[in-house]
Amino acid sequence: MPAMEAAEALADLTEISSQIETAVLVDAQGSVVASTLADPARAASTARAARELLAAAERAMGGEAHERLAQLQAATPEGSVFIVQDAERLIAAVTVPEPTVGLVFYDLKTCLRHAAGEDLAPKPAARAGSRNAVEPDGEG
Amino acid sequence: MKGKLVAALGLTVAAVAGTVVWQRRRRRRERVDLYFADGSMVSLEQGSLEANRLLPLAHDVLDAARGGY
Repeated sequence: MPAMEAAEALADLTEISSQIETAVLVDAQGSVVASTLADPARAASTARAARELLAAAERAMGGEAHERLAQLQAATPEGSVFIVQDAERLIAAVTVPEPTVGLVFYDLKTCLRHAAGEDLAPKPAARAGSRNAVEPDGEG
Repeated sequence: MKGKLVAALGLTVAAVAGTVVWQRRRRRRERVDLYFADGSMVSLEQGSLEANRLLPLAHDVLDAARGGY
């Protein structure tokens, strides 16, 4: 996966969602492909912790007849952790407390598909309240 | 008649207040929701064996992402 494409996918993600604080995109080998974190060491430790959480969740459900774990949300009063994975990569995100779960999962899955190189048109507009939402100027 | 009305009103207010308190308390509780490829979902509430294993790892992710490591 081209790193530029992955970085662009994450940039779009934080542009459209005000609830997502940080996100990291990780390949199947555990390497960070792209991250919204400026510090590479923090991105790597976030990716490692997310992979440990995912592995523990898969182990916890291992005894039961379930299909592959596709996504998870861990909700705490301090914020939520979201992880979505496909066959080749995973995306982990940290959000504000009590996020809109469906929207965050939708945005993460869209980002994952975008990073995989799927042509996703048109580009979604920033939601009201997000960092890049266009404020109405009140004129005209 | 007036007494019955007051009692009914009191019961309604108590029920609404109870629901609000229950919902707030539930939101404060930690949990892990697992979604599988076949569309099934398992919710692990704080206090269960599995959640007690997974929630510290979720806090590790939060700490790592926010620079608390």
